[in-house]
Amino acid sequence: MAIVGQAEEPPRDISVEEEELRRAGEQVYVAPPWKLMWWRFRKHRMALVCTAVLIVFYFVAIFCEFVAPYDPDQALLQFKQVPPTAIHIRDAEGNFHFPFVYLHKRSMDRETLAITVVEDTSTRYPIEFFVHGYPYKLLGFWATDIHLYGLPAGKDQQGIFLLGTDRLGRDMFSRICYGARLSLSMGMISVFLSLALGVVLGGVSGYFGGKADVLIQRVIEFIRTIPTIPLYMTLAAALPVNWPVEWTYFGMTIILAVVGWTYLARVVRGRFLAMREEDFVLAARLNGSSEMRIILRHMLPSFLSYIIAALTLNIPNMILSETGLSFIGLGLRAPAISWGVLLQEATNVSSLMLSPWVLTPGFAVVISVLAFNFLGDGLRDAADPYAR
Amino acid sequence: MLAYIARRLLFMIPILFLISIVSFIALQLPPGDYLTDYAAQLSSMGEAPDLEAIDALRERYGLGEPVYVQYAKWVYGIVTRGDWGQSMEWQKPVSQLIWDRLGLTIALAIFSLLISWLIAIPVGVYTATHQYSRLDYLMSSFSFLGVGVPPFLWALIIMYLAQSLFGVNAGGLFSEKYLTAPWSVDKVIDMLKHIWIPALIIALVHTASELRTTRANLLDELNKPYVELARAKGLTERRLIWKYPVRVALNPFFSTVGWSLAQRISDITLMSVVLSLETTGPMQLRALVSQDMYLAGSILFLLSVLVVLGTLVSDIMLAWADPRIRLEG
Repeated sequence: MAIVGQAEEPPRDISVEEEELRRAGEQVYVAPPWKLMWWRFRKHRMALVCTAVLIVFYFVAIFCEFVAPYDPDQALLQFKQVPPTAIHIRDAEGNFHFPFVYLHKRSMDRETLAITVVEDTSTRYPIEFFVHGYPYKLLGFWATDIHLYGLPAGKDQQGIFLLGTDRLGRDMFSRICYGARLSLSMGMISVFLSLALGVVLGGVSGYFGGKADVLIQRVIEFIRTIPTIPLYMTLAAALPVNWPVEWTYFGMTIILAVVGWTYLARVVRGRFLAMREEDFVLAARLNGSSEMRIILRHMLPSFLSYIIAALTLNIPNMILSETGLSFIGLGLRAPAISWGVLLQEATNVSSLMLSPWVLTPGFAVVISVLAFNFLGDGLRDAADPYAR
Repeated sequence: MLAYIARRLLFMIPILFLISIVSFIALQLPPGDYLTDYAAQLSSMGEAPDLEAIDALRERYGLGEPVYVQYAKWVYGIVTRGDWGQSMEWQKPVSQLIWDRLGLTIALAIFSLLISWLIAIPVGVYTATHQYSRLDYLMSSFSFLGVGVPPFLWALIIMYLAQSLFGVNAGGLFSEKYLTAPWSVDKVIDMLKHIWIPALIIALVHTASELRTTRANLLDELNKPYVELARAKGLTERRLIWKYPVRVALNPFFSTVGWSLAQRISDITLMSVVLSLETTGPMQLRALVSQDMYLAGSILFLLSVLVVLGTLVSDIMLAWADPRIRLEG
């Protein structure tokens, strides 16, 4: 540790610790719950990192036209199955430059007829940011053609493929960006739909108990008896093949929610059961509060954090189910672009062997699933700031 | 104990009944049916569909009748004759098609379950008794691989690695020689040579969570006074841990066998499609796409029955292991 400058500016970790000690001494008693939650959440480093990752992912999903350098459906025929473009900062003579790329050159071995892709090191193409590319409408109404990055070159000289290209010469990175929009939004929407079902049914079950509880619990057990993927497959096969993309999309979110609500219903029910016996609920009831007021004003704030944590932990399931179904051809179908649809390309063995980078959408899935899991863990730990 | 099992068995009947209804209705959801598709396919190929023959088939499969009549006939056939209906695409009775495939699904599920237990129990006990040790950290980072990477993706990755590194095809459960051969000792040995890769993939994904459960449960138990007492009385550490806290900690483990089985069957289904294993997965997918409803329905129903049976077994195991449950009923 550097000693210079310590007098004015102590190392960061010590100041944080001190601050926390001071807070533990005084502020814990007066801080509102959300502040306590934030302090606790902040300690979970991995959860913080994952929050940042997810923010980036959702940014890409919302502004995918801007982030993607190419039109995801445009087949650049001269660039079929090009490996990921390497970004250089040193040229062949060893001089340093602003990050640049070389174009890919295809050459065929006369003897073996094997095609090899090599870099043409004669010209450097510096990467530029905010370049003009294909035109699109940002957020659906603002027409522009500015893209995050790209090459300032003519149409036939394009060639920055961060994750390579597929069999038809489409840029994988652009396709993954577009896939993020469908895959990530579907996870979000179907989880909220299943939350709606889960809160109503779990709430009735936990709050009123009795016969309704028994019935709803039986239904949940029953749904959980049928293996999820075979059931999803059966339901997804019921969506007509000739439906437009949007319809299939909503059909899929509804299917995911209808099967997936049981987990959230259990969490809600458990919370209601635990809270029904609390003194403050009894006090509210003795004071003559209506049932609705007890639920919304007194109970909801104290279990909202649990619900949010459970919600976050449930999103990965939705994303994985959607990906799996689209992957085997029962969910979204091309021309829709989702991560599962993109992964279909990898089931073709020759395509997988010649261009293993078609697996990259899988890594996008893995990263987002892990990130949601860590975030959910952090939220769950923070959900009850009064627990020791 | 017998009364307990009998009560559980009785309880299964309405559930099986409900499952059969759901499986059957789910298959009626898509518009049209196999024969309509078939006729359309024929005419698109330029052949005039033989309407009379198609009507005869419609009659035979009972397609013209209302849903509840079709359902009643289907269930009646199963209960009285073990007849699961006709597969329209394969032109064979369903019962001739599914048992081998179902058996392989079960084999894979049980195999992977055993592998998971063999790893999760000892390692879980070790990491709980040696908390924050190197293996403990290693295992918690390893579990992220299980949580984050779905089995079908593992299957793709392994298929790629097997092909590019060793030049072998990781798909399938049998060598070509035994693919259509009747069951024999050699065929079983051949299957065992292939089954361990997919079983390991499924086990890998689930071991992670089971490991964490074992560890967390055991950590809870280890802090209880009876452990302290046993230690004070001078029991050896090994005997002390394996005899009491581990037994209690494994309880929730056994009680979730049914649930774990359901998840494994889900994963096996998807993975089998990737690796083209001869399980129910690819067959169900094909049957669903071609609207071969008796086949698809029977598979969905039987897979659920597997889970119900798994739950029954886990209930019995629990009652056997834990007298509190047995006596309470």
